[in-house]
Amino acid sequence: MSTDLGLPSIGGGLDLVPTTDAKQTAKDYTSDQEVRWCPGCGDYAVLAAVRQFLPTLGIKRENTVFVSGIGCSSRFPYYLNTYGMHSIHGRAPTIATGLAVSRPDLSVWVVTGDGDSLSIGGNHLIHALRRNVNLKILLFNNRIYGLTKGQYSPTSEVGKVTKSTPMGSLDHPFNPISLALGAEASFVGRALDSDRKGLTEVLGAAAAHRGSALVEIFQDCPIFNDGSFDLLRKPETKDQRLVPVRHGEPITFGPEDDTFAVVQRGFRLEVVKAADVDPVEIMVHDARNHELAFALSRLSDQDLNHTVTGIFRNVDRTTYDDAARAQVQQAKDNNPNADLQALLNGRDTWTIAG
Amino acid sequence: MTSNETAVTPSGGEHDVITKDRVVIRFAGDSGDGMQLTGDRFTSETATFGNDLSTLPNFPAEIRAPAGTLPGVSSFQLHFANYDILTPGDRPDVLVAMNPAALKANIGDLPHGAVLIVNTDEFTKRNLTKVGYEQSPLEDDSLADFQVHEVAMATLTRGALEETGLSKKDAERAKNMFALGLLSWMYHRPHEGTERFLREKFARRPELAEANILAFRAGHAYGETTEAFAVTYEVAPAKLEPGTYRQITGNTAMAYGLVAAGQTTGLPVFLGSYPITPASDILHELSKHKAFGVTTFQAEDEIAGVGAALGASFGGALGVTTTSGPGISLKSETIGLAVALELPLLVIDVQRGGPSTGLPTKTEQADLLQAMYGRNGEAPLPIIAPRSPGDCFHAAVEAAAISVRYRTPVIVLSDGALANGSEPWKVPDASTLESVDPEFATEPNAPDGSGEFWPYLRDSETLARPWAIPGTPGLEHRVGGLEKADGRGSISYDPDNHDRMVRLREAKIDGIEVPDLTVEDPSGEADVLVLGWGSTYGPIVAGARRVRNLGHKIATAHLRHLNPMPANLGEVLASYRTVLVPEMNLGQLALLLRGKYLVDAKSYTKVSGLPFKAEELQDVFLDYLTGTHPNTTGTSTDATAGTNGSGNGASLGVQA
Ligand code: SF4
Repeated sequence: MSTDLGLPSIGGGLDLVPTTDAKQTAKDYTSDQEVRWCPGCGDYAVLAAVRQFLPTLGIKRENTVFVSGIGCSSRFPYYLNTYGMHSIHGRAPTIATGLAVSRPDLSVWVVTGDGDSLSIGGNHLIHALRRNVNLKILLFNNRIYGLTKGQYSPTSEVGKVTKSTPMGSLDHPFNPISLALGAEASFVGRALDSDRKGLTEVLGAAAAHRGSALVEIFQDCPIFNDGSFDLLRKPETKDQRLVPVRHGEPITFGPEDDTFAVVQRGFRLEVVKAADVDPVEIMVHDARNHELAFALSRLSDQDLNHTVTGIFRNVDRTTYDDAARAQVQQAKDNNPNADLQALLNGRDTWTIAG
Repeated sequence: MTSNETAVTPSGGEHDVITKDRVVIRFAGDSGDGMQLTGDRFTSETATFGNDLSTLPNFPAEIRAPAGTLPGVSSFQLHFANYDILTPGDRPDVLVAMNPAALKANIGDLPHGAVLIVNTDEFTKRNLTKVGYEQSPLEDDSLADFQVHEVAMATLTRGALEETGLSKKDAERAKNMFALGLLSWMYHRPHEGTERFLREKFARRPELAEANILAFRAGHAYGETTEAFAVTYEVAPAKLEPGTYRQITGNTAMAYGLVAAGQTTGLPVFLGSYPITPASDILHELSKHKAFGVTTFQAEDEIAGVGAALGASFGGALGVTTTSGPGISLKSETIGLAVALELPLLVIDVQRGGPSTGLPTKTEQADLLQAMYGRNGEAPLPIIAPRSPGDCFHAAVEAAAISVRYRTPVIVLSDGALANGSEPWKVPDASTLESVDPEFATEPNAPDGSGEFWPYLRDSETLARPWAIPGTPGLEHRVGGLEKADGRGSISYDPDNHDRMVRLREAKIDGIEVPDLTVEDPSGEADVLVLGWGSTYGPIVAGARRVRNLGHKIATAHLRHLNPMPANLGEVLASYRTVLVPEMNLGQLALLLRGKYLVDAKSYTKVSGLPFKAEELQDVFLDYLTGTHPNTTGTSTDATAGTNGSGNGASLGVQA
C-alpha cells in the first residue's frame, strides 16, 4: 500500500539557512589549527578553494557544518572555522543525515575519501544519495589509501602494485560517478583539485541544489600515488583528455584548431574529431538526462582516456529531510493538542480506588 | 494449584462457579492460528476486569514455520490473579491446544489435573504423524491425568459462520476467536473490548469483523449451552495500589518513555533504527507519535541508525537508537565515538538469545558485559535495566535525564521477556515527571578570557562538557574521535593528557548519582541475599515469597543501575553470608561483582531462552537456605547450577 505524500515543493539548497550581510572572508573560515597534510598534497588546493568559496554563500558561518569520516581528507573539518565533526570510518553520511533531518537551518557538508566512502562506507553513500538528504558530499578521490600508508583503494586501477598488493591488485575499481548515478543521486559533479575555477563552479551548484550532491574531486597524493591524474594536468595531454561539460552546451573539447566532439553511436557515446561530423550530431549536454549522464560517466575506463568534468546530473527531487519534517508537521497539525497524559492512558484504563 | 481454591459456590444455574485466587492459561497452536492475538485479547479483557496479570508470549523466529510442525508452534501464556503477581506463571492450569503439535510441545509443562481443551478437528492422521504420534493421544490413556475437553472448534466455527457466505477456509480461520469466546465464558471475562477491537481491526472489511465476532460469541454460547463444561471460574479483581491502570508491554512502555523523555528534556526526539527482533515494535510505536515532535528514521543498517541518532544529538536533538544484541555489536564503534564526543545518546538494547543470530524471539540477559565493555579502549557509559514491562517507561525517562545531564551515551538493557510481556501498569502522572534542562552553551567559556569556546571544559560538579549546537554564533568548534586536549578540545597526542582524559571520562560516569540499593528482607535477619537485575525481578521476588511462606528468611535486592552501581552496594554485599545472583546468562553480573567488590558471589544461571520460573528459583533458594546446595559451603568456585541440576523443581519436592 502506498499513499500520496503531498510532498513539499523543492527549493534551493540553502533556502532555510540564515543569511548574513556581514562581509566574510576566507580568513573567517580558517581555524587556528595547523594544517598537517604532506607537502604537495592535493588536499591543500581543495581546502584553499573551499575557504574562498564558503564566504560567497552569504550564510551564517555558525550554520555551516562539516562532517568527515577517517582518512587524510577527513581531517578537513579541523581546518575550517565552522562547526565540525571528525567521525569514524565510512559513517559520515549517517551522522550528516541525522543532523540534516533534524536541522533544516544548517548547510551540511560531508568530506570523505575513496576508501572512506566507497569501501567501508559504501552502503551509507548509496543510501544517502538515493534518499536525497540535503547534504553535500565531497569525495576526495586519490585512488589510494594515504593515511594507512599506501594500500590500493576501491578506485585503484587493476594491477596496482602497493604494499598490500606486491603482485598487483586484482579487484575491478568503482567508477564513482556511475555508482552515484546508479544510486539515484540527484546531483553529481566532478572537478580536479588544481582547477580552482571548475571546482568552485561545481561546489556552487552543489550548494544551491536542494538534495544530496556528490562531488568527486580528483586529488593527488604525491606520497603514495604520485601523478595519478597527471594526464589530466599536463599541458601536452590534458586537452585531449579533459571533457568539461555544461548544461545546454554542445560537448566539445580540445585545442581550438583540433577540436573533439562527443556524439552518440548506438547506445554509447563516442569521441570524434569535430571536423569529421555534422555539428547537429554533436551531443548537447542535458543535466536532467539520467541516461546521458551515465553514458558520460562511461566515456573512459580506469585509464582517464576521456574524463568528463563539470555537472553530470542536476535534477529536482523532493528531499528526504524536507519530507520527513513535513510528516512531523502534518502529524502536529492533525493533532495540535498532543497530550502525553492521554497517550499514556491509552484507551482502556481501569481505576483502583484507595 | 487446588490449594488456591477458596470457595465452591453453586451458581444456581447449570454450571458451578469456582472461585480461584489465580489462574495460568496457555493458548498454543500453529504460527498461523493467531495465538498471539488470542492471548493479547484475553489479556486485555483480564486487565479491564481488574486482575493483576503477567504474560509470556513464545513464538518461533520464522514468520510461517511449516504448518502443523513442532517448530511452528506458537504459544501465549497468561497468569492472572486477585493479588499482585510477579511472573507469567510456571505451569498452566489450562492449556488450549489447537493442533497435535501444540499438544505435544506443551503437554510436558502441565501439572496433574490441569484442564486441557483440544481442537479435535486438527487431530487427523496426517497431522498426528507429522509430530510423531503413532496413535492419537485423545484415543489412548496418555492424557488420563488431565481433564480433557474435546471441542471440534473448526467445525463449530464453520457452522456458526454458515450464513455469512465466507468460504470454508476463511470461516475456519476465525476458530481462534471461538477459543477466545469459550475461555472468556469459562473465566467470566468482559466482552465489549474484544468486539470493539475486532470492529476496529477489520474496519476496512466489516464482513470479517462480523465473522470474528460471530465466532467469538459462538465460543461463548458453546460453553454456556452445552454440558461439556461443568464449571466456570471466577478470579476476583486484584487489590493493587490505588490508581489508574492500563495494560502495557515493555516495548510500548519503552516507546512511551522515549516520547516522555522528549517532553521532560524539551528536546525533539530523533530515533535512528534498523528493524530487528525483538526491538522493532519500539520503532513501530514511535513512528505513530510524530505529533509529539518525534522523528523516526529507518536507516539502511544498524550502524547508520546509531550514526544518524548521534548526528541528531550533535544538532541538539535527543538521539535514540533501538536494537538487539547483534545490532549493538554493529553499533559499538559509533557508541565509542559518542563516548569520545561526550554527547547525549540513548541506546536501547532489547536482548535476545545469542551469540550471533542466536534465538531472535527468545529472551536472555547475556549482553551485560557487551554493554559494559564492548567497545575499544576505556569507554565507560551508564547502563540501566528495567525490571518489568511497565518499568521500561521509567528506565527510558531516567536514561534520557542522565544522558542529557552528563552528556553521555546511555545503554538501556531490556530483553525479549520484558519487550513482549505485559502487565497492568499504574499510569504515571505526566505532570510529575522530572524535567531536565539541556542547558545548551550560549557563550564563549575560555577561562583565560580569550573569548574562545572550549568544548571540553567540564562542569566541576558533573564533569559534563558544554553542549554547543550548530547555529550558535561564536561557539564554532570541531569534535571527533581523536583524543582531545583537556579543556580546549583540540587534538592532542600528549601522553599525560590522554591519561587524564581517560580518567576524567571514567570519573564522570562513576560520579553519576544513582539511588542506593534497597534490600527487601521482612525478617531483617536473613543471611542469604538474592541479587538480580533486569527482567528476573518477577521470578526472584516470587521465589523469595514462596520460601518465606515456608518459614525461611531470605533477602532480595534488584540492581537497576549496572553502571555506575549504587554507592552502598559493597556494604550490602558484605553484610550477607551468601550472595546469590540468578541470571539468564553464564554469570555476567556475578563476574562484575566479584571483580569490583571481592565478594564470593554465587551464580544460578540458565540460558534456555525462557524466563526463570518462580518454582525453579524457590528450589534454588531452598538449597542455599538449607545448606544442601553442593557449593553453598564450598570454595570460591562459582556455583553454577544447570537446568538439569537443582533447577528442575524436584530436589526437595516443595511446592507452593
Ligand atoms: S598521504 Fe597522500 S593524501 Fe595523505 S596527506 Fe599525504 S599526500 Fe595527502
